[in-house]
Amino acid sequence: MEHFALWLAAFLTLGIISFLYKDNAWYKLTESIFIGLSAGYWMVSLFWDNFYGKFWVNKSESPYLYVGAVLGLLMLLRLVPRIGWISRWPLSFIVGATSGLWLINYFSSNIMKQIEATILPLFSAQFGSGFDAGAAAIIGNLVIVTGTFSGLVYFFFSKEHKGAFGRTAKLGIWIIMITFGASFGYTVMSRMSLFIGRIDFLLSDWLGMIL
Amino acid sequence: MKRNVPLAITFIVGAVLIFSVFIPPMENWGEDFTLFFDIIAVFAFFLGGGNLLRVHLTKLSRRKQDWPYSIVTIMGFLLMLAAGLFRIGNPGDINASLTEQGSLFQTIYDSVFVPLGSTMYALLAFFVASASYRAFRAKNREATILLVAAFIILLGRTPLGTIVTGWVPESFSILQIPNLAIWIMNSPNLAGQRAIMIGIGLGVVSMSLRLILGIERTYLGGDDK
Repeated sequence: MEHFALWLAAFLTLGIISFLYKDNAWYKLTESIFIGLSAGYWMVSLFWDNFYGKFWVNKSESPYLYVGAVLGLLMLLRLVPRIGWISRWPLSFIVGATSGLWLINYFSSNIMKQIEATILPLFSAQFGSGFDAGAAAIIGNLVIVTGTFSGLVYFFFSKEHKGAFGRTAKLGIWIIMITFGASFGYTVMSRMSLFIGRIDFLLSDWLGMIL
Repeated sequence: MKRNVPLAITFIVGAVLIFSVFIPPMENWGEDFTLFFDIIAVFAFFLGGGNLLRVHLTKLSRRKQDWPYSIVTIMGFLLMLAAGLFRIGNPGDINASLTEQGSLFQTIYDSVFVPLGSTMYALLAFFVASASYRAFRAKNREATILLVAAFIILLGRTPLGTIVTGWVPESFSILQIPNLAIWIMNSPNLAGQRAIMIGIGLGVVSMSLRLILGIERTYLGGDDK
């Protein structure tokens, strides 16, 4: 069984890589397998984790959980065109819950925490300790504070980007360009390391060429 | 019923989840609503799975282009579903972990799903590189800054980066490409990321408020009756 699984994994890996040559039947086959398995995987995982784990096991001691199950069933009414509009009720529940959760979470993590982390002592290792930071730390702190501020100025479109405001916005776009460049480089390298991992699998695990 | 009830549900659920953070007696309500959310999500996935079957069965019955691949998709979907729902080959009982070693579900996950997923993502390296080769040109100052930053990060994470600038004396070690790459990641990149994150946060907060207060209604569709 282990041997079969190894050969199957190699066959599928090569099938996906074959797309680098051109779109072909082998690739389409592996792609179709991946789509089917992904859908099945997520459905099964959610069924056991959420439906069984959170509803089925606790339904007798927490009968109010039936509200969630009923709302879930109402969502399936989308398949019945005449009364499909009822599926808006669970949908609006999801929209309301997502809005409520995200409003608080994003306000806390994306706004408050980021602003807090940007309010730095520029010339000292910690607040109130004088001028004890090294040159590299001072430059780093200045770049972080001015970069964040100018980046935010660039995103402020209610005022025309002219004069001192415009120059700050210009600095902001340069900082954002560095961020995009760094993110791009980082993404390419992470994908490349995944590719090296797959080649390593083929050459060492499958073919045994690298020991 | 078609419009006012959904708007009321969105308002009540959103408001309860916000107030549950600030008012301790409402904490449990917030937790319960989150549980309901998780349970509804399962049915949404059932709907998605049903839709996948419908699309591919239609393609199959009408013998549309590439219909044989629809058979493969349906077979893969049903196989994973059967393996997971009936826990085929799972050594434990119904309460045991779904990912027990030896179960058919875990075997398919390890030998088919993981190789396919990681190779699919690995392939993106080539497409991102070729797309950027066509799209990125050092036409102006901004594009040049982006290219230089990307180049330094790419080079800084390979042995070539160390070799090329290895001769730079220790007193100027910041100019060695691997160190420069680290500095870019930790300073200007961090500043840009923060500006973007704060911008996204403000956008999410304002959109959430619009949804909760019923100003944004596009998710209800166009039927006004």
